[in-house]
Amino acid sequence: MKRLKSIGAFWYDFVVGDDWRVAVVVVAALALTAVLVHAAGINAWWLLPVCVFAALGWSLRRAIRS
Amino acid sequence: MTALPLVLTVFVACAVEAVEALTIVLAAGLTREWRSTFQGMAVALAVLAVIVAVLGPTITLLPLTALRLVVGALLAIFGLQWLRKAILRATGYKSLHDEASAYLREVAAAKAAGTSSRGRVHDWYAFTLSFKGVLLEGLEVVFIVITFGASQHNVGAAVIGAAAAVLVVTVTGIAVRAPLARVPENAMKFAVGVMLTSFGIFWGAEGAGVSWPGQDAALLVLVPAVAVVALCYAVLLRRPRAAQPASALASEEVTSS
Repeated sequence: MKRLKSIGAFWYDFVVGDDWRVAVVVVAALALTAVLVHAAGINAWWLLPVCVFAALGWSLRRAIRS
Repeated sequence: MTALPLVLTVFVACAVEAVEALTIVLAAGLTREWRSTFQGMAVALAVLAVIVAVLGPTITLLPLTALRLVVGALLAIFGLQWLRKAILRATGYKSLHDEASAYLREVAAAKAAGTSSRGRVHDWYAFTLSFKGVLLEGLEVVFIVITFGASQHNVGAAVIGAAAAVLVVTVTGIAVRAPLARVPENAMKFAVGVMLTSFGIFWGAEGAGVSWPGQDAALLVLVPAVAVVALCYAVLLRRPRAAQPASALASEEVTSS
């Protein structure tokens, strides 16, 4: 169990890294893009770049304030 | 899309990680024993090769849309990690990684450790130090090789980029016989972060169903756009009192992991 936990912690740190909020924003932006494209028929190519830029800025701001 | 951006991105990413692995291997080899160090390095490289050989072809079996959605998300998250770290180091909010001092730390630890042998390995400490260093630094490269290569259905080109970087760094390391402290690691990490994030955005959005204006040519706008935004953050967040970060992305000599 302890080994499983440490393996999980390693992969979490490896993929997600220092700020999990960035990962949440990316996944949420992708989900919203898919909804806009498939349900509303909007070719929302701009959404993900905007969210990624905002997430990076937000994450950097949080890092320098902490 | 040509394989050039793929090969170059993997080459630079792998070169950064190989420089860090080289520091550990040199510390183990010069302080302890070369034979056990090489054994550890060889086993780690074999494990990494097996991971690429198994996961590379397997992941390409996924439908392209699903593959690009998953890989795009992972690359964007992974790339943003690299960018975030590079910007924080360039702006002085995180200390630059110093290969020379990292080497001295490893050497001190290696000298203090006792010697024990297991099986064909004469010096277990040198073996494990070398094995862990190469494996952990190599995993990031494997991740990039598999995700980048699979999305372009060209894992072979990604492997060539990685192998070339390992060769260049190894040959340079053998020639210098010292940690490569003058390699501009932070600038290289920044560049790789820009590429991973850009391709992550591109493939992720495509996987979500988006049609990019200009199709593949959109990358010619997306990559510079990510670079410009990241550079703007680096300039805006620069610490006024820190003199060194201003040039860290362009000309730093002592750098980061």
